[in-house]
Amino acid sequence: MKRQGDQPTGREEAKLRRAMKRTAMWGRGGRGRREGARKGGKRRRTLRARRGMPKGMTKGRTRGKTRGRTTTRTRRRRKRTTGKKSDKEESLSEGEMAQLLEEVEEKKKLIATIRNKPWRMKRRLLDLKEAQEFVDKFEGALGKGKGRKWFAYKVMMKKKWIKFQRDFENFRTACIPWERKIKDVESHFGSSVASYFIFLRWMYGMNLVLFGFTFGLVVIPEVLMGLPYGSIPRKTVPRAEQDTAQDYSVLMDFNGYCKYSVLFYGYYNDQRTIGLLKFRLPLSYLMVGIGTFGYSLMVVIRTMAKNADVGGGDGDESEFTFAWKMFTSWDYLIGNSETADNKYASITTSFKESIVDEQENQKDENIHLRRFLRVLANFFITCSLGGSGYLIYFVVKRSQEFANRTDLSWYEKNELEIIMSLLGLVCPPLFETIAELEDYHPRIALKWQLGRIFALFLGNLYTFLFALFDEVNTKVQQQKEIITRVFIWAMKEYYANYTLLLNGTGATPPPMSPADVIRGPCWETAVGIEFVKLTVSDIQVSYLTILIGDFARAVIVRFLNYCWCWDLEAGFPSYGEFDISGNVLGLVFNQGMIWMGAFYAPGLVGINVLRLLSSMYYQCWAVMATNVPHERVFKASKSNNFYMGLLLLILFLSLLPVVYTIMTLPPSFDCGPFSGKAKMFDVIMETIDLDLPAFLGTLFSYAANPGLIIPAVLLMVLAIYYLNSVSEAYQNANMELKKKMQMARDEEKNRRNNTDSTNQVMKDLEDLLPNRSLQPPPPPQPEKKPQPESKPTKTKPGTASKGVNLERDVALASPNPNGRGPVSRPPGPRGPAPMPGDGPGRGRGRGRGAPPR
Amino acid sequence: MRGRGRPWDKLLHYSLCNVTGQQDCTFFTRKEILRLHARYHELAPHLVPMDYTNDPDCKLPLALIVNMPELKENPFCSRIVESFSEDGMGNLSFNEFVDMFSVLSEMAPRELKAIYAFKIYDYNVDNFLCKEDLEKTLNKLTKEELTPEEVQLVCEKAIEEADLDGDHKLSFADFENMITRAPDFLSTFHIRI
Repeated sequence: MKRQGDQPTGREEAKLRRAMKRTAMWGRGGRGRREGARKGGKRRRTLRARRGMPKGMTKGRTRGKTRGRTTTRTRRRRKRTTGKKSDKEESLSEGEMAQLLEEVEEKKKLIATIRNKPWRMKRRLLDLKEAQEFVDKFEGALGKGKGRKWFAYKVMMKKKWIKFQRDFENFRTACIPWERKIKDVESHFGSSVASYFIFLRWMYGMNLVLFGFTFGLVVIPEVLMGLPYGSIPRKTVPRAEQDTAQDYSVLMDFNGYCKYSVLFYGYYNDQRTIGLLKFRLPLSYLMVGIGTFGYSLMVVIRTMAKNADVGGGDGDESEFTFAWKMFTSWDYLIGNSETADNKYASITTSFKESIVDEQENQKDENIHLRRFLRVLANFFITCSLGGSGYLIYFVVKRSQEFANRTDLSWYEKNELEIIMSLLGLVCPPLFETIAELEDYHPRIALKWQLGRIFALFLGNLYTFLFALFDEVNTKVQQQKEIITRVFIWAMKEYYANYTLLLNGTGATPPPMSPADVIRGPCWETAVGIEFVKLTVSDIQVSYLTILIGDFARAVIVRFLNYCWCWDLEAGFPSYGEFDISGNVLGLVFNQGMIWMGAFYAPGLVGINVLRLLSSMYYQCWAVMATNVPHERVFKASKSNNFYMGLLLLILFLSLLPVVYTIMTLPPSFDCGPFSGKAKMFDVIMETIDLDLPAFLGTLFSYAANPGLIIPAVLLMVLAIYYLNSVSEAYQNANMELKKKMQMARDEEKNRRNNTDSTNQVMKDLEDLLPNRSLQPPPPPQPEKKPQPESKPTKTKPGTASKGVNLERDVALASPNPNGRGPVSRPPGPRGPAPMPGDGPGRGRGRGRGAPPR
Repeated sequence: MRGRGRPWDKLLHYSLCNVTGQQDCTFFTRKEILRLHARYHELAPHLVPMDYTNDPDCKLPLALIVNMPELKENPFCSRIVESFSEDGMGNLSFNEFVDMFSVLSEMAPRELKAIYAFKIYDYNVDNFLCKEDLEKTLNKLTKEELTPEEVQLVCEKAIEEADLDGDHKLSFADFENMITRAPDFLSTFHIRI
C-alpha cells in the first residue's frame, strides 16, 4: 500500500544511499541534471546561510534531541559529518542534494506516521531512533522542521475536541429518560418488545407537551384568576346532590365535587377576560382544544417522516449483517460485569433475530400451498371480523330498543358491554391461531395481527361513539326544554320582584344560593365524564391484567412447580410472553380517547400523563420480572412507523367527532366557556371583531371567501401531486442505485484481484505473528531445524536505546525476514506439527501460514 | 518536546528517552505514558522496577494483565494480550503493553485497529479467519447460548458475506474491506485507560 511503499526500511536506505552516491558520480540525464542544478543552487545558498548560524539554533529546530546520554556524542558527530557532507555536497553534485532532501522528508514522514504502523513496538522504536538520527544528521544541512509547534497544538486541540464531544454525547444520552431501562428490556426480550417501550416513551413525551399546553393555558389561569368555587351556579354542586357529593363511590364515578371542578368543561366561566391580566379564557380554551390536534398531527407526521428517512423499510439489507455483528458488536469499553452480562444477552438476542430473518430468507417450499393457506386465513379472518361487526351492530340496535323499556334483566342491561368484552377476549387469540396458517415472518405477522385487531376495535369505538351521540342528542333536546323552563322561571321571578317593588317596600329580593338555581344538563361535562371514566377503567383493567395474568401466573408457576405433577415452567401454563400487539393497540386506543376527551375534560391529559409515567415503570418491571422472551425473537422494523400509522388513523378518527361537535352542536347555555353563544367558534369571531383592528377583520372575511379557498385547495392538491411524483422518482433512483451497488459488489467478489494491493500489509501481518524463537521450545518437536536466523532477534531491548549508527542498519533490517522465518515452517508449540496428509480440518487452515518464498 | 527536563521526571524514575520515543510511536501523551507505567508497575510491584533507565527486560504474564478492570470483562481479553505479545503467549513487556493500549485508544486510525482486530479474532494464528475462528468468536460473544446449528449458520453467513476471493475463509483483505465499512467498529474497538 501507499503508506508502506514510501518509507524505505533501514536496509533499503543504506542501499539507496550507496546507489545515490554512484549516480551522483556518474552524472545524470540532461533534464534531470538541469533541474538538479537549479534546485541545488538554491539549496546551496540556504546551506551557506545555515552554516553561519550558531549550532544551538540548528539544534533547536531538529527533532531528535532527547537522547540525554548520547546528545553530546551525536552533536559532535553531527558537526563532523555536516562539515564533511557539505564539503562533499559542494564538490560533488546537486542531484544528490535533491535526493537527500527527499529522503529526509521521507524520514520525517515516517517519524510522523510511525505510530500508525502495525509493527512491534521494538521495531518501531528502533526505526524511529534511526529515522531521527538520520534527520538530525542531515536536516541541519538541508532544511528545518517547520510548524512543529503548530502541529502539536493542533493535535492537542483535536484531542480536547474529541473529549468534549464524548462528554457531550454522554450528557445527551444521560438526558434521554429510561434509556437504560429500555436497553435492559431490549437486551433480554429483543427489539420488538423494546419498540413498544420506545413507542410508550414517545407517547409520554407528546402527552407531556399537550399537558403543558392544557394546564399552562387553561387550567392554571382558571384556578389562579377565575372565580372561586361556589361563586356561580356552574361552579357549585346543586342542592340535590350535595349530600352525596363527597361519597367515595360518587367521586369514583367523577360526579359530585369532581364534576364541578376544573377537570371538566362545565366549570369554566364565559367571561370574556379574567383576572388582572385580562386573560381571554374562552378563546384560549378553544385554541388549546384545536391546538392539541394540530400539534399531535404535526408531531406524528414529522416523526413518521423522520423514521422513514432513517429506517427505510423493514430490517436492514446491509451486506455484512452477520460479519458486523460478529466483529463489532462487543463494546471493548465495557468494564462492569453487570453491563457485560447485559451485553452478552443483547448480542445473543440480536444474533437470534438475524437468524430468524435469515431462516425466513432461506425458506423455500411449496409456494402454491402457502398462497392458498394465506388466502384461506384471510378468508377466515374476514369472516370473523364481519361476524363480530354484525354482532355489534345487532346488539347496538337491540340496546336502542331496550332503552325504551323499563323491565330489563341484568343481562339485557349490560348486554353491549358483555358482548364487547367477550369479543375483545376471544378474537385476538383466534386471529393469532389463524395467522399460524400464513406462516409469515414474525415481524410481518405482528403487523397483520395489529391491523386485524385494530379493525375489531374500531367496532368497539363505533359503538361507544354511537352511544355517546345518542346521549348528547337527548341532552341537547332536554336543554331546549330547560331553556324555556328557565325563561318562564325568570319571568316569574321578575314579576315577583316587580310586585314587591310596586308594594313599595323597596326591599331587594332575597339572594338565592347558586346551588338552588335551575340548570341545564351540560352535555359537554357528561361527555367528558364518560371519557375520563373510560380511561380510568382502562387503566385499572390493564394494570390488573398484568398483576393477575402475568405476575400471579409467574408466581404460581415458579413456586408451585416444586410440588406439582408436571413441569409447570416448561409445560402448560408456563410464563407469559409480552403481548406486543395488545399493548400497542391499548396504547393507541387510549390515546384516541385522550384526544377525543381532552376538549371536554382538560384534566384528562393530566391523568393520561400520570398513567403513561406509571405504566412505564410498572410494565418495565413486569416484563423483566414475569415474562419470558418470545420463542422466535424477531427484530422490529427500524422505524416504528406502523405504530405511528395506526396512531395517525386514530387521531384522524378522533378528530372527526370533536370537530363535528365544535362546528355544529350548540354549546350548553349555562356551563362552560362558550355558554350563551350559538356556536363554539363564535369566540374567534368575537375576538376578531372586538380586539383586532378593523382591517384584519376584513382581511379574515376575504380569506374566508370561497373564491380564495378553492384555488388554495387546488394549489395544495397540485403540490401534493408534484411532491408525490418527485418522491416516487427518488425511490426509483434509489432502487436503481441499490441494484448497481449489489452488482458492483458481486463483481468485486468475482474478481480475485486483491493479491498485489495487500501484499505489504500481509507482510506486516506476518511480521506480527508471535516470534516463536522467544518462547521456550516445547518438548515434542518432531523436526529439529537449525535456526540460524533467530540470533539477531535476541537483541535485548536495551540495545535499542544506545546510539544507532549506520552499520546497524543491516541488523535493523534483519527482523523483517526473521520475523517471518519461524512461520514458514509449521509452528512448534501447538501440538504435533500438521503433516501434509493428517487432519484435514486443522491442518488446512494453518498450512496457509505464510506463502512459501 | 513537551516538558523536557522537568523536575518530576526524576521523581517518576522513568527515563526521558523512552517516554519521548514511545510518545512518537504511540497515540499517548507523555502524561498518559507515565500513567500507563504506573498501572503496569501496579500490576506486579515486585517484578516491575520503577526505574526504566536501563530498559530492564521484564515481562508480565498473561494472567496478571488480563485481570485489569479494563480487560477483565472482555471475552477476547486473552486474545488481545496474546496478539500484542511478541512470543504469542501473552507475556507483555512494557513496550508491548503501551503498544496495546495505544492501538486500542481512540486516536488510533481505522486501518491500524483493523489489523489488530484481525489478529485478535485469528485464534489459530494463521493469518486467516477460518470457520473455527469464527465459531470460537461467536461462542465467546454469546456465551455459547446458540445451538450448534445456529452457530454454523451464522459462521457460514458471515464468511459468505465478507469473503471476496471465494476461499471460504477471510483473508485480511476481506476482513479490512468488511470492517472499514462497519459503522460501529471505531467506537467499539476502543479501550479508555
